[in-house]
Amino acid sequence: MPEVSIRGVRKSFGPLEVIHGVDVEIEDGAFVVLVGPSGCGKTTLLRMIAGLENISGGEIAIDGQVINRLPPKERDIAMVFQNYALYPHMTVRDNMSFSLRLAKAPAEVIAHRVARAAEILGLVDYLNRYPRQLSGGQRQRVAMGRAIVRDPKVFLFDEPLSNLDAKLRVQMRAEIKELHQRLKTTTVYVTHDQIEAMTMADKIVVMRGGHVEQIGDPLALYDRPANLFVAGFIGSPAMNFIAGAVEPGGFRAENGALWPLGQELAARHASRMAIYGVRPEHLALAEHGLALEVQVVEPTGSETQVIGQVSGQPVVCVLRERLAARPGASIRIAADPVHVHLFDAESTARIGTG
Amino acid sequence: MDATTAEAAAVTWRLARRPDGWITRLFDYKPFLIGLCLAPAIGLLVVFLTYPLGLGFWLALTNSTIGQRGHFVGLANFISVLDDPVFQLSVFNTIFYTAAATVGKFGLGLWLALLLNHHLPFKSFLRAIVLLPWIVPTVLSAIVWWWMYSPQFSIISYILVNVLHLRSTYINFLGSAWPARWSLVVANTWRGIPFVAIITLAGLQTIPPSLYEAALLDGASSWQRFRFITVPLLLPILSVALTLSTLFTFSDFQLVYAITDGGPFNTTQIMATLAYQVAIPGSELGQGAAIAIAMIPFLVALTAINYFGLARRKWQQGPANE
Ligand SMILES: Nc1ncnc2c1ncn2[C@@H]1O[C@H](COP(=O)(O)OP(=O)(O)O)[C@@H](O)[C@H]1O
Ligand SMILES: [Mg+2]
Repeated sequence: MPEVSIRGVRKSFGPLEVIHGVDVEIEDGAFVVLVGPSGCGKTTLLRMIAGLENISGGEIAIDGQVINRLPPKERDIAMVFQNYALYPHMTVRDNMSFSLRLAKAPAEVIAHRVARAAEILGLVDYLNRYPRQLSGGQRQRVAMGRAIVRDPKVFLFDEPLSNLDAKLRVQMRAEIKELHQRLKTTTVYVTHDQIEAMTMADKIVVMRGGHVEQIGDPLALYDRPANLFVAGFIGSPAMNFIAGAVEPGGFRAENGALWPLGQELAARHASRMAIYGVRPEHLALAEHGLALEVQVVEPTGSETQVIGQVSGQPVVCVLRERLAARPGASIRIAADPVHVHLFDAESTARIGTG
Repeated sequence: MDATTAEAAAVTWRLARRPDGWITRLFDYKPFLIGLCLAPAIGLLVVFLTYPLGLGFWLALTNSTIGQRGHFVGLANFISVLDDPVFQLSVFNTIFYTAAATVGKFGLGLWLALLLNHHLPFKSFLRAIVLLPWIVPTVLSAIVWWWMYSPQFSIISYILVNVLHLRSTYINFLGSAWPARWSLVVANTWRGIPFVAIITLAGLQTIPPSLYEAALLDGASSWQRFRFITVPLLLPILSVALTLSTLFTFSDFQLVYAITDGGPFNTTQIMATLAYQVAIPGSELGQGAAIAIAMIPFLVALTAINYFGLARRKWQQGPANE
């Protein structure tokens, strides 16, 4: 039985509907990431699970029980807020034990659980400090500690890393993932950062404008994006899109360039108007490829990112070779037809790959 | 200048460092700036605070009367004042008046602020209404209260007797000691509520809503959220309000002067009204000044208690790690 079931959930603020019927099943112990651009309704959905917003339509069940009408404290969930929401007037210890003290847990239980959480999170030396005396990463850990000590059925995270600097973000990403592997508590994690989603999730839910665009494991989303939006959202740098039509010999871009296409795909969609998608990492140098006029070369050491134009069409490619080309030079590139996607020009749904 | 030379000038022009003039250097000189900025404030303090206060101290040490410049008598005024039963009664009255009115103001003001902090219809209108007692000139509101407490024309008595039929006689609010004291406390409370309500409302709005949401998820009931989140986070600002409010109430003059003028038989005489009565109608300037000066230790003690007891909380201290 799934731990959390979201069935046909809608949310309106006054006359404005911002979530338009969302269905998600979250298995027991899974790490599910809700990802999507800012304003797509991720936080709202999370707050409905937590009980901080009422549910305008549909239902949410935790452990088989519909919780639409249950107050937050009876839902057995814990949430880590984007700004951490630590109680400034309580020490780290008191912040973490607040829920247990309210529940009148025995003193030994409280002491034991706080000690264990502090140990897991490396906060043992900071238990008597106040939040303002902690660094961003430590505050983040206290917020997680507050969730851990309760041993809830579900953890909810709302963009927990967005207030940290880039290096700390990578570190905390790993720590949260490791924590989940250790505790195996069902987790719903909200982020707008697709890299966080890809690296952390067992299952990703891609949202846009209050709709679910696609649900799947990270590599499925990468390999088989349901539509143009998911294809462009997942993966960095983003997939190249080229508008045009299918021809017997390949894909004819509007500007005339002929892009390679698998024969089977070309036959199935003969002369159809479509959008051709290829990821930058699936472009490679090729002797008889298309001419790419180089504009910017960004070597990262392990690979080289080249930004340029093919017959006036902007194209990004990530090459494994180190490239001596200067801006203004021309190189020849080709797409690996196995990794090429076609999207319908009207509906933007993916109609074929390979 | 034609377009090309203008363009060339625009391209070649560079920001130049020019040496600072002596005025710039003077204004960059920190001690000078500090002196310059503090001078007006210090001047005002000397003229409007130190001089009257010093004169008050000096008068308290002399046997001056109105129209006659007295000479130094040491602490004689203080000794005779401390022995005076009317002064002792006025100290009791002042403390009672301050304590009772402060409890009333803070109880009701806090309650009002909590109400206004919720999403009420006509919120800004209600806030404006709440401020009214504070905006009305004190003397005007004192006269209105005096009218309401009048033995013949009191609207309170009228409602109780003629409308609700709960009593058969009009109440003599100001005719005897305790009813008169409580009447003054009610009037002062009414006047002080807006101050407390507005300050605590501002304090309430600085508490991030996410703290309440976190507490809600942690299982706190609404009473527990008030007790464990609102109260501790409001304490620093409450203590400032408490300090100011007790100081204002302790040194109040207008309400008492206008409503009871210390009567009946000095039973509502507070230190400020007594000081005035002795000094001006009684013309004993030295004695009156001594009574007024006797208020200072109380005011200092009140401030110290509030400041050290409430103002700085441990969680606000220590180096921040931002
Ligand atoms: N309390 C609210 N009142 C009105 N509209 C809201 C409220 N909260 C969120 N919204 C709207 O709902 C949409 C989704 O918001 P949100 O869930 O915060 O997005 P996300 O977390 O994905 O960035 C946004 O368009 C936002 O403006
Ligand atoms: Mg959000």
